[in-house]
Amino acid sequence: MWKFLHRLASPPHFYRIAINLIPWFAMPGLLLLAYGTYAGLFVAPADYQQGDAFRIIYVHVPAAYLSMMAYMIMAVSAGIGLIWRMKLAHAVAAAVAPLGASFTFLALATGSIWGRPMWGTWWEWGDPRLTSELVLLFLYFGYMALRNSIDDTSKADRASAVLAMVGAVNVPIIHFSVEWWSSLHQGSTLVRKGGPAMDAAMLYPLLAMIFGFTLVFGALLLRRLRAEVLFRERRKRWVRDLILSGNGKR
Amino acid sequence: MQLSADHLTLYRGQRCLFKGLGFALNPGELLLLEGSNGSGKTSLLRAIAGLLELESGTVRWNGTPLLRERQSFQNSMVWMSHKPGLKGDLTLVENLRYEAALRLQAEVEFATVLKQLGLNRLTRLPVRSLSAGQQRRVALARLLLSSATVWMMDEPTANLDAEGRDLVVKIVGQHLAKGGMAIVAAHQDFDLDAPVKRIRLQ
Amino acid sequence: MTIQDEQLPDISTGLLALIVRDVSLAVKRPGDVLNPLFFFAMVAALFPLVIGPGTEQLQSIGPGVLWVAALLATLLSLNSLFLSDHEDGSLEQMLVSPVPLAALALGKSAAHWLSSGLPLVLVSPVIAMTYQLSLSVTGVLMLTLLLGTISLSLLGSVGAALTVGLHRGTALLSLLILPLAMPVLIFGARTVSLVAAGDGVAGGLYFLGAYVLLMLSIAPFATAAALRISNE
Repeated sequence: MWKFLHRLASPPHFYRIAINLIPWFAMPGLLLLAYGTYAGLFVAPADYQQGDAFRIIYVHVPAAYLSMMAYMIMAVSAGIGLIWRMKLAHAVAAAVAPLGASFTFLALATGSIWGRPMWGTWWEWGDPRLTSELVLLFLYFGYMALRNSIDDTSKADRASAVLAMVGAVNVPIIHFSVEWWSSLHQGSTLVRKGGPAMDAAMLYPLLAMIFGFTLVFGALLLRRLRAEVLFRERRKRWVRDLILSGNGKR
Repeated sequence: MQLSADHLTLYRGQRCLFKGLGFALNPGELLLLEGSNGSGKTSLLRAIAGLLELESGTVRWNGTPLLRERQSFQNSMVWMSHKPGLKGDLTLVENLRYEAALRLQAEVEFATVLKQLGLNRLTRLPVRSLSAGQQRRVALARLLLSSATVWMMDEPTANLDAEGRDLVVKIVGQHLAKGGMAIVAAHQDFDLDAPVKRIRLQ
Repeated sequence: MTIQDEQLPDISTGLLALIVRDVSLAVKRPGDVLNPLFFFAMVAALFPLVIGPGTEQLQSIGPGVLWVAALLATLLSLNSLFLSDHEDGSLEQMLVSPVPLAALALGKSAAHWLSSGLPLVLVSPVIAMTYQLSLSVTGVLMLTLLLGTISLSLLGSVGAALTVGLHRGTALLSLLILPLAMPVLIFGARTVSLVAAGDGVAGGLYFLGAYVLLMLSIAPFATAAALRISNE
């Protein structure tokens, strides 16, 4: 097991393995998404309160969950990179940040669209989850801005790792403080998304979408990571050999 | 006591500054890092001091990797770069008094050191009003006042007149004679009557 | 020459010397202390000008405005936290000192708080008065600012350390620190508003206190790590 992990962590080896791994994520992921989309739009009954508008949760919930998950992956791999000086871990952090920011943006956009028929406004400050997603988006922006403003890759890796770790400590606190803040917000009665008891016909498509999105996220991450590894190792011999042998296009 | 290093490799961007460097430095010895401007001698000096992360290789202090025993090494090392490391708004004495809290001090008279460096008339002036050469002498006072064994100096004779250069060489010589060690990065020759090891960077 | 490998310099002496140095530097350059304070007062003065002088309105936005102004003023002063040390090489001397870098980072934060956070707390009653805040509300405001600015000095030192060598550091520092400072801002301002509305204060103050402890336990180490990286 350790030997396998150690070999996986070596960039050329990872580069070769990842190409084979991507279909294993992408195929079932896309299948689940196809099922979830169909079932979510046509099979699941309309919500008795929200009508058809609730169906946006099939995108919103997976996106929101992946936005948090991506931050976790980023912070943990940044920590591994910083503490054990593992280069591949830094590459993971670099590759996952824009993905995380995209999913955060998707969660915000879908949340806002959902809010329009529910609250009558595109943006409701009283909703703690939307607000903490917004702060999360700012955290991603800060992380990527710091990375971009340092030219030296190794320095950028380590500096942004410090930021990601401090950020990871703060994310739950930000979430908690926003909850606390909105609980004091008077005059806003929120319609809770989902609700405690969810019909199976609504739930299964949601689960399918969550898993589907996660798998596609994994496939996208592997793709980005491959590109990242190739860029970082551009002066190494194996990359030159790869390009000269004509396999680089794959 | 020994400061040693092996397989030191450092890249700056795409460029390899040095590869597979090694040395061993014993008490009384001087290590000269030579090379033209931009050859990476400052980077090498900073890497040995632990201020720069190496691509690969290990610096050891008494056999222990420096990054693991950073505090113990830094306790025995004093650093002089091209920046004086002084606060312009504070006087020479205020600066050195603050320095004294940051590292262990040798058992020497404060006044003696200042006199040796020709600084004894300037103690009440803010460091800002001293010339660049005088500021370098204050930086030298930091070395003389500390009890550190290893002196690491980046271009110690820059900004100094002939008299000042002789003074630096003399002070380093005395330090080595007492069993100290020194690593000096210099692009001009550093004539010294002591065992000298050299690393030439291209 | 006596070489005592085991003997290390005293951590608290080093930390104290750094605080004394930085505070006496601030005293010699009063502008560095006063500018953020003027900025604080000016930002706070802008709001009544654009919103209108209604007492009730001012009272309700007062705590929030004062807190945002304090946060921005703190950011302004954080920019220069490591800048001159970086330029004149004394930061390098800290990095190679046998005193643990985290202790020196703590000293820098402490000095920053003494020369920027504490003055903010002390002038805040004057600004609060112009917003017609009552005495008890002002008292709570000072208390939240007291706790909050300590956290901001600690948290901000991480951001200042990360951006110290960068030429676009100023805008970047705000981008890094503002989202992280959100909890302090929310709890600080909200606690004051709650008091103004006649509620209890304990919860918010406990949170701010706990946050100070959390920052005390992580910020100096993160700042130390960041300083080493930035100074390569």
